Amino acid sequence: MTKEIYITQTNCITPLGFDVASNIEAILRGDSGIQLHNDISLMPNSFYASIISDEDINNAFAEVSSETKYSRLEKMMILALEPIIKNSGVKLNLKTAFILSTTKGNVTALKDHSEESFNNAHLDVLAKNVADFFKFQTQPIVVSNACVSGILAVSVAKRMIQSELYDNIFVVAGDEVSEFVLSGFNAFQAMSELPCKPYSKNRTGVSLGEATAAVLVSAEAKDAKIKVIGDSSINDANHISGPSRTGEGLFRSIQNALKEAQIEANKLDYISAHGTATPYNDEMEAIALNRLDLQNVPVNSLKGFYGHTLGASGLLETVIAIESANQNIFFESKGFDELGVSESINVIEKNREANIDFFLKTASGFGGCNTAVVFEKIKIQT
Amino acid sequence: MTQNKINIQSYIKIENNEIVLNGTSVFKIEPTDFTDFAKQAYRNFEMQYPKFFKMDALSKLAFLGSELLLSPIVSTDPSDSELAKQKENNIALVLANKSSSLDTDVKYQESISDKENYFPSPAVFVYTLPNICLGEISIRHQLKSENSFFIFDAFNTDFMSNYSEILLNTNKAEKVLCGWAELFNDNYKAFLCIIDKEENEKYKNENINTLYHK
Repeated sequence: MTKEIYITQTNCITPLGFDVASNIEAILRGDSGIQLHNDISLMPNSFYASIISDEDINNAFAEVSSETKYSRLEKMMILALEPIIKNSGVKLNLKTAFILSTTKGNVTALKDHSEESFNNAHLDVLAKNVADFFKFQTQPIVVSNACVSGILAVSVAKRMIQSELYDNIFVVAGDEVSEFVLSGFNAFQAMSELPCKPYSKNRTGVSLGEATAAVLVSAEAKDAKIKVIGDSSINDANHISGPSRTGEGLFRSIQNALKEAQIEANKLDYISAHGTATPYNDEMEAIALNRLDLQNVPVNSLKGFYGHTLGASGLLETVIAIESANQNIFFESKGFDELGVSESINVIEKNREANIDFFLKTASGFGGCNTAVVFEKIKIQT
Repeated sequence: MTQNKINIQSYIKIENNEIVLNGTSVFKIEPTDFTDFAKQAYRNFEMQYPKFFKMDALSKLAFLGSELLLSPIVSTDPSDSELAKQKENNIALVLANKSSSLDTDVKYQESISDKENYFPSPAVFVYTLPNICLGEISIRHQLKSENSFFIFDAFNTDFMSNYSEILLNTNKAEKVLCGWAELFNDNYKAFLCIIDKEENEKYKNENINTLYHK
């Protein structure tokens, strides 16, 4: 029989808080990390983005370590991992792996032309710096697969534990708001003038954001928060910078993930979708969900709270969705007003009570990639 | 789960101005830069895919390797599209490298560094992700299949074997095209192979590690 796989620890570092509890409180209050910024070192014009203050990061980091050699992103990743490694009590031996997922890592290091700085822009160097802080014994595995990276990393961890290569895998995901990504999304004319409005009629694009999130994926059921029961990552084979018009890759990813989970689509109680608020992405998701007859399942995008945190988004949104399931609440899809996709979907407009036994997390990204993972709530034995 | 030994069916190496397919040198030219090498290789094998010239260098490298491995087993003739729809190829793509998309990242960074000469281009920005090369191969061969890109400081052949084996043993793929596609400036090295569960006498005593180091 295939091994059962659980997520037993979670954490996140975002503008809304430096632990899961403070993030949930902020979401329930309706706070958003997205603010107007005027910073010409990042963008020539003012822009909306969800950015963590340097002071908050440095103050929190000072409580963990007095080392000064770490980059801002490395500090954010260490802060996400530190409490869960400690709380888990898991030994960092040869049966414990470390997966780091990111799209751009320390890309800000490219601004400086020194050889050392160029070296730091390498993702394997980022992973080694974070891994060595905790003294992991196994070689870090870096997943860099555009905006599905964070959720794909959960899927990779599940697969590796099921094949008995490891017992436990710590997964961290993170990306920063940088001049590099801001200028790129702007060049694509994919940035929203106002805070992003996923699935809405008047959506015009993304708000970018930064965050790190960390989870422990384990074969050990003790302290389990959720069970990972199916996953798939299928390419659209259609276009490198735009989603498939038929949502083919996402459709197939969800279909395969449900098949592995051995549940029918109608068992899903909630979908934590990608919802970047670009016209094409949200439309594609609505089409894929309708093709699977999932149009009535409550769905949200958390981009209205956090912006698009790129490689971090899939893992951050999973961490929040796990709380949604365990606290029996649907969180509002912030920024949503009037449905603006051609096929109907059931967007969560207000926080409300929920009963979530099974939920789906999806993400899609440049390169035509898509990932879907199905989770099952842990039944409390009575 | 049922463990089936994975079998290498074919492999390719691209480095030092040479392409070696299944152990045989199939293309070799005098030392030149990568762009010129890639163009000459494309012409030598009469590849008919104009999109190739829009790709960044990493995608060109991965494309050249995958083209020679996949062409014999995947139909890309547009007139066969009905047939292709009926018979899909569930070939997963799993690649890794050291330098991610840094070759294009550096070029993109240059385009935004000088405020007097600021010209961020979406056509360049899209290639600042290493997995774009997987998208290019998927589009070329209509592979609606599993794909993922990993980064290591050196080719982790154990990881690559293990992960590919998982995809085959869990029926997430029928075949896996996996390997190493590293490129920065004019330093490049690609090693790609196709593996599946079918026994293949030819490489019975080989694995990804032994072939990579040959």
